[in-house]
Amino acid sequence: MESKYILSVLVEDNSGVLSKVVGLFSRRGFNIHSLAVGVTNIEGVSRITIEVIGDELTVEQISKQLNKLIDVIKIKVSRSDELVKRGLLLVKVKISPKNRTEVIQIADIFRANIVDVSQSTVTAELTGGDSKLNAFLEMLAPYGIEETAMTGMIALERGTNVLKA
Amino acid sequence: MTGAEMVVKALEGNGVTTIFGYPGAANCPILDKLPDSAIKHILVRNEQGAAHMASGYARVTKRPGVCTATSGPGATNLITGIATAYMDSVPMIAITGQVVSGLLGRDAFQEVDITGATHPFTKHNYLIRDGLEIPRVIDEAFYIASTGRPGPVLIDIPMDLLKAAYDYPEGKKEPIVIRGYKPIGMGKAHEMQVKKVAEAIKVSQKPVILAGGGIVLSDATKELREFVSKTGIPVVTTMTGVGTIEGGSNLCYGMIGSHGIKSANMTLNHSDLVIILGSRLGDRSVANAAGLEKRTKLIHIDIDPAEIGKNIFPDIPVVGDIKDVLTQLMPLLSDYHTPAEWKEYVDRIRSDWTFEEETEDSGFVNPRYFVKRLSEKTGSDAYVSTEVGQNQIWVANNYKFTDPRHFITSAGFGTMGYGLPAAIGASVASGETVIAVMGDGSFQMDLAELGTMCQWDIPVKLIVLENHRLGMVHEHQFINYKSNYYAVSLEGSPDFCKLAEAYGIPSMKINENSEIDKGIDALLADKNSFMLVVEVDPFEQTGGALNSHHLPKGVE
Repeated sequence: MESKYILSVLVEDNSGVLSKVVGLFSRRGFNIHSLAVGVTNIEGVSRITIEVIGDELTVEQISKQLNKLIDVIKIKVSRSDELVKRGLLLVKVKISPKNRTEVIQIADIFRANIVDVSQSTVTAELTGGDSKLNAFLEMLAPYGIEETAMTGMIALERGTNVLKA
Repeated sequence: MTGAEMVVKALEGNGVTTIFGYPGAANCPILDKLPDSAIKHILVRNEQGAAHMASGYARVTKRPGVCTATSGPGATNLITGIATAYMDSVPMIAITGQVVSGLLGRDAFQEVDITGATHPFTKHNYLIRDGLEIPRVIDEAFYIASTGRPGPVLIDIPMDLLKAAYDYPEGKKEPIVIRGYKPIGMGKAHEMQVKKVAEAIKVSQKPVILAGGGIVLSDATKELREFVSKTGIPVVTTMTGVGTIEGGSNLCYGMIGSHGIKSANMTLNHSDLVIILGSRLGDRSVANAAGLEKRTKLIHIDIDPAEIGKNIFPDIPVVGDIKDVLTQLMPLLSDYHTPAEWKEYVDRIRSDWTFEEETEDSGFVNPRYFVKRLSEKTGSDAYVSTEVGQNQIWVANNYKFTDPRHFITSAGFGTMGYGLPAAIGASVASGETVIAVMGDGSFQMDLAELGTMCQWDIPVKLIVLENHRLGMVHEHQFINYKSNYYAVSLEGSPDFCKLAEAYGIPSMKINENSEIDKGIDALLADKNSFMLVVEVDPFEQTGGALNSHHLPKGVE
């Protein structure tokens, strides 16, 4: 049965590592749903968070193949609901003087921040899981979405468990 | 010390005595320092040959073979050899020169992103950005290439770093710390799993061992033979497992797969327990893995955790070094004996499917009979390389290898043009005369390496099975394309004896079965190179698969 998994991958902060990790997915015919990369609190270690949709055996195989990469230090595979997940969305919405407050009100309901305003547009910022981000976009759609930018999901396990290098 | 000197010192430090290479501007700084070293550089005729020679060398010595090439086309010519090594888990170090650091990414003359290109088929690769990394990277590369599941590692070094001088203390040794690499095989396998294996074997009525190349890589041939002689479990092999059990052994039931022998496939399929030792169960070995999963219980023992559940889902997986696992397993099975009924059954299949070879004269040499005679006349103990195609299958099925490291062939990648350079590498490694069995098609892929052979006085016995066709494709077109033979004729090939003569190599051609012994005697008369051209019927087939259409003449 297919479900959404998150792979938290600690890697050496070397050039080319990201392409090695991502290349492995495309080469073996696995699809990446979302991807986020950033440095960590450990020096020389970056964290790649990859969301994939697949069955358990396929995801296990991906994880084993990733483990074979010398630059990969550690991998944790989690079911999507076992983690605290957040992504960041920036969205530019078309407005007129008439509906500007409506748009701002919707942003308030979602606890989004208005980060930029012009005569004809409002740009809002929102963090959250993908369902929240998608719901926000749905609400804004009738006003006319001009542009969006979204990060991949980043995630940490709930509770005391820590992924150590 | 210059970067190039660091390279040479690090190679020496890792016990390298021979490298196979081809020069160009970008790797010239390294070559410039080689005359001061004891390392011998063997100039090849095409970089691909260098990689294959390093591969043949590594298969014999168990240590990484080293090849070097310049940037751009030099580097890309290595690629086929690197991929070949990767697919058969052969340890190899490929060192490529790169354009100067400042020109990287600017499409400079002879620039190519070789680390990007080779990533999918190297165990690891490096693009060096700081000359001071060179000694550490080379040490790491040897460690990575030769531990765990071996494989090729490529190191790409910009020319300016090779030329620059660094303040690096001679003889300094940095410890190898790679936090993302913890090779398995440095300890015992999981005891509970090994116990489960023993329990499964004990209750099995029809067990069979599927011996793969992992046994050779783990150096567990001795343990395997001891294990089967104690338990009496029949053994079938994959192509890389050929020779793990002596070809002439009563417990060797032959090679499985689409080009194996029918009785081996039947033995595998009629069993109730398959003990898979170091095999990835590639599609040419087991075409229908799901079918096998349903029919029998499966134990899969492999050093690479990613192999478990990749092509087949075992009932009992064991991740570990086969040598360790077999050693742990043996005392648990001290009173196990394979049921006599099963042994009788598999013996019967084997004898039912063993046929007398045709030895009458017919204007052609029977290639199976030829290889059998070659095996007998060399005590089944020679180093034999093959190309890829029918020649490879005939050797794998008919030469009764006593040592798996003596069979040098490109199994997983199926690289034509491998046999001749690999034989050269194997000969350099062993100091012995190596026999290269080739088809007239594959021989012509890398025949320029005859020059390397002659230049460096490397003795190789060349056998060209000449059928004037690309035999394997011809066979494929016969079976699967209604005999629509297309693009398989090798018209235009030279007279191979004259070609040999041009290189100063003595030769002989045989056309009849009655000439086989004379031909082989001439081939083996002394230690020097010799070419034996053997005329083979283009309609000869390799068949033997379970559903094979091919049966020996006279069998319905």
